[in-house]
Amino acid sequence: METLNLSAITDADIEAVARIGKDANVDFDDCYQCGKCTAGCPMAHAMDIVPRLVIRNLQLGFTDKALTAKTPWICANCMVCSARCPQGVDIAAIMLTLRRTAKKRGLQPVREADVFDDAFVGNIRSWGKSNEAVLASKYNLVSGHLFQDVLNAPKMAARGMIGPRIHSVKDKAAVKHLVDKCLKREGDGDE
Amino acid sequence: MSRYAYFPGCSADSTGIAFTLSGDYVTRRIGIELVEIPDWCCCGTSAALVTDGDLAVALPARSLALSERLNPTLDVTTPCAGCYSSLKSAVHYARQNEENRRHVEDLIEMPYAASADVYSLLEIMAQPKHKEAISTALTGDLHGLKVASYYGCTLVRPNEVCGFDDVENPQSMDGLIALAGGKPVDWAFKTECCGASHHISEPHAARKLIERIFEDATANGAEALATACPLCNLNLDMREKEINAGRVAAGKEPFDIPVYCFTELLGLAMGGSAKELGIDRHFWPAEGVTSHE
Repeated sequence: METLNLSAITDADIEAVARIGKDANVDFDDCYQCGKCTAGCPMAHAMDIVPRLVIRNLQLGFTDKALTAKTPWICANCMVCSARCPQGVDIAAIMLTLRRTAKKRGLQPVREADVFDDAFVGNIRSWGKSNEAVLASKYNLVSGHLFQDVLNAPKMAARGMIGPRIHSVKDKAAVKHLVDKCLKREGDGDE
Repeated sequence: MSRYAYFPGCSADSTGIAFTLSGDYVTRRIGIELVEIPDWCCCGTSAALVTDGDLAVALPARSLALSERLNPTLDVTTPCAGCYSSLKSAVHYARQNEENRRHVEDLIEMPYAASADVYSLLEIMAQPKHKEAISTALTGDLHGLKVASYYGCTLVRPNEVCGFDDVENPQSMDGLIALAGGKPVDWAFKTECCGASHHISEPHAARKLIERIFEDATANGAEALATACPLCNLNLDMREKEINAGRVAAGKEPFDIPVYCFTELLGLAMGGSAKELGIDRHFWPAEGVTSHE
C-alpha cells in the first residue's frame, strides 16, 4: 500500500485545490468516495488514476497528482459521472478545470489529446469552421502518427465526405478576433 | 408549417452528409422549413470546451446572435448532438443571470438577448404535431426491423441543460422508430459514450467503447442501430469493419449491423430512395436491409 505524506502538503497546494473547486463550482467534501463515477466511466480502463481517486487526491491536498494525471485528458466529457453522482458533485467539471489548469501551467500529460484540440482550435481560428481532412492531416503531422486513418481517406473521398474544398466563414477576421480575444483572457473571466 | 433557424454544423456537408440529406428529405416531407443561419461558425465543440470557458460560450453565441439579428423570433435547431450541446449550453449560460448575458455580449461584440430556444432535430421530430405530420407522410414502413436507438451523451446530459428526454432511458427516438413501423429494442447502452474525437487522439482506448455498444445492441436482438448525431454515426459506421477484424483475430463472432441516422429510417418509410437519403454512402452495407418485402 502506498504511504501518503500529508505533511508534504503546502499552503500553495491548499490554495490551488480551493481555486480548482471554485472554478469547477464543486465542494470536494461533498464526495463520500462511493465510486459510482468510476463504475460508470467508459474511459476508466485507459486512465492512470480513476475519477474517484482524482477527487480523493484533491480532498487530501495532493494537487500535483491531480494536475499531472492523464485522467482529465483521457476523459471524453460524456458527463455520465456527473449525471449519476448521488451527491451532485459535477465530476466532469472537475476534469475540465484540471485540464485547463494543467494546460495553463504548461503540463501535457497526454500529448495526443493536447495536439488534437490545439489543431481543432487552430482550424476554427483560420477558417471559422472545422475542416476535417485538414484537421486529421495536421494532427497526424504534429502528433507523429503519420499513417493513422490514411486508409479511410480514399473511402471518405469516394463518399463525398472529404474533398479539396476548404469550408470557411465569410467573416474570417471576426472569428479569428473572437478566438484570440477569449484565449488572451485566460484566467480572467472563465465561466 | 413550422420554421426554424438552422445550424448545420461543420460536418453537414462532409462526414455527416447522409444525416444532412435524410434530414432535409424528412423535414421537407413534413413541412418544416429550415432557414440557415447566415455566416454561422463552428460551435467549438469539445476542443473549445477543454481549452477555455469563454471560448466555449463565445463561439456558439456568435452564431446565435447572428440568427437573432436576422430572425429574432425563430428558435434554432441543429442535427448534430455536439453542436446542440454547445449552442444549448451557451443559451443556458446567458440566461442564468444578467451578468452572464452581458459577459457574452462583451465577448462577441454583438447584442445577444438569448431569446431563442435551441432544439435538436430529434427533439423537434418527436413533438406531437411533427409526429402527426410524419404519420401522414408515411407511404411504407420498416417491416418490424429491430432497431436499437442510440442517443449518446450530449442529447441527454447534462439534464439541467438538455432536459427533453430521460437521462438514462430516453424514448424520443424509439417512439419515432415505432411510428415508422420498426420495433424499438430495449437495451442498456442508449446513452453510453461513443468516444467522440478520442477515436483520433486515443484510438486504442476509444475503440472499446464502440465495441461494447455493438455488443449490447446485438445481445438484445437489434438488427440495426439508429443514431441522432453525425459523429456518433461516423464512429460506429466507419469503425465496424476494423473492430470486426480485431474480433475475428481474437476468435470472437464479428458484428453485422448497419448504422442509420434516425432520419434515414424515417425517410425510407416515407418512400425515399437510398441515394436520396445518403444510405448508399455508408461504410457498413446498409442498403436493402429494411426492405423485408
